[in-house]
Amino acid sequence: MPQLNDYEPIVGAQVLEELRYLAQALKGQRILHINSTAVGGGVAEILNRMLPLLTELGVESRWDVVKGGEEFYSVTKKIHNALHGHAQMFTPRDYEAFEEVQEANLKNMALDEDIIFIHDPQPIGLVKRKRDCGNRWLWRCHVDVSNPQREIWNFLEKYLQFYDKAVFSSPSFSQRLPIPQVLICPSIDPLSEKNRELMPDEISAVIQRLGIPLDKPLVTQVSRFDRLKDPVGVIKAFRQIQKYVDARLLLVGGSATDDPEGAQVYLEVKEAAGDDPDILVLLLPPTAHLEINAIQRASTVILQKSLKEGFGLTITEGLWKGKPVIAGAVGGIPLQITHKYSGILVHSIEGTAYWLKQLLQEPAFARKLGENGREHVRQNFLLTRHIRDYLLLFLSLDPNLKLH
Amino acid sequence: MSELRHHLETVPESCVYYHTHHFLEQHQFLTPEPPNDFAYWVVNVLQEELIGERLAAIDTIQYHSLEALRKAILTTLDQFLAERPHLRKAPVGQEFHFMRCALFAIPTRFTARNLKEFVECLKKVGISSLYYHIFEGRLRPPLGVSDFSDWLEKNLGEKELARKIDRLDPYTLTMDGLRKKIIGFITD
Repeated sequence: MPQLNDYEPIVGAQVLEELRYLAQALKGQRILHINSTAVGGGVAEILNRMLPLLTELGVESRWDVVKGGEEFYSVTKKIHNALHGHAQMFTPRDYEAFEEVQEANLKNMALDEDIIFIHDPQPIGLVKRKRDCGNRWLWRCHVDVSNPQREIWNFLEKYLQFYDKAVFSSPSFSQRLPIPQVLICPSIDPLSEKNRELMPDEISAVIQRLGIPLDKPLVTQVSRFDRLKDPVGVIKAFRQIQKYVDARLLLVGGSATDDPEGAQVYLEVKEAAGDDPDILVLLLPPTAHLEINAIQRASTVILQKSLKEGFGLTITEGLWKGKPVIAGAVGGIPLQITHKYSGILVHSIEGTAYWLKQLLQEPAFARKLGENGREHVRQNFLLTRHIRDYLLLFLSLDPNLKLH
Repeated sequence: MSELRHHLETVPESCVYYHTHHFLEQHQFLTPEPPNDFAYWVVNVLQEELIGERLAAIDTIQYHSLEALRKAILTTLDQFLAERPHLRKAPVGQEFHFMRCALFAIPTRFTARNLKEFVECLKKVGISSLYYHIFEGRLRPPLGVSDFSDWLEKNLGEKELARKIDRLDPYTLTMDGLRKKIIGFITD
């Protein structure tokens, strides 16, 4: 695992020094992060990289995962979809199953750290313990809740009101809540296997091993097989440009242990791709970080045509690799991309096709977008900035702090 | 636009501060950027370029308090609203979200006792320190003067240097550009 000093060539010594000052003010505090999966998905990735660095800074940080069965994960998937505004039917049993898992986990967790940092809805009900421990609780929402299904939001709010603060990734996700809300964008780790610099021969070796031909420009969407990422829409957009441009589309995704729909969506995507040799669909395990890194670096254009998106870390990854990115103008994506400056924002399949054709035919413009995007990420979306924001968030829990 | 004006009048001062200053830290590479979120939103969401330009042209450095800056923005909006009976509405999902901010000031290990040490420190401190002493400093008494100019004049008698730093418009430079400029005033 990299140490803090390893980040100096990328972000500069001053940024690291600021982190040390902030951490000094929090010395002795113990933080417990809780989410629902140890592998797969952006949350697990960030926690994996961030916690050792927080500990190195002297802020003792631990990570635990709630345990639930198949029934629980199918309810939480429905909750996830409902929070994204896709209406779901909830039965009384769904709520019961959710609450049973909260109770079962409460029996096995001490939850007596100074700060309990809950990620996403799955462990939200653990806050019941707050009354007994008298510690501080934060709820971090990683999903796009700009237009949630009211029924489920009201259900979550029952728990949310007991938290000290809620954290969102974009101002447009904020809700009317009785507790303060904080804006913190996620981040990527520039030294992780998924984002570190790769030598050209490392890239070629991986691409060859995966059997991806590079005789044509490669257009790639990296994401879980999830309808909200619109993989079928990507195929439709690509088909629109095939008669004008010679390129190859690659849809590559892993799966997360808390996403039971992935296999079904994968089959839908395979069916939409048909037997077109220029449309490749690749399923990789969630640990295939080096492979994703090499694929992104070998790509000419990166797509992320999401219909809903909490933040879109695959976009951050693409931008960091200096690639031109075309992405849906939803959720936290516009925080990362200024249209026609650091990438392209689209609203439709037609728009995606139009810009894809443009970028493939205008490499100089595409290159400029990539360069600007990389610098924007360096300034705002690297792990060190994220750690700084979390340290500030922890400091803001001081009851003596007054806001003006 | 009328809702923007209505809320701007009553939001806490830290909201005015956030929406007129956060770009300085977040968009180092993109300078020059619209210097406030109000201008950006009016142009990019409401598609009102004329008023957007006027809002962007508000010379933040002239205003030595957030109340004065708030009034300047309100006056600009009022002029426009008086001329425009029909207003455009922001599309759903692109509303303006007022944000407020909290300031954390933490001592660093750097201390300067003379001009030479001051330059050495200036080369090493983080951009948050520069930000705090130049932008935030101007909004604390003595108003309109950065912490650097105040210290240089009162403690080292460097009136000319202090005047030069005060004449800078820091809002039009990146933080590193600003750092280099001040170091240049001292070393050149």
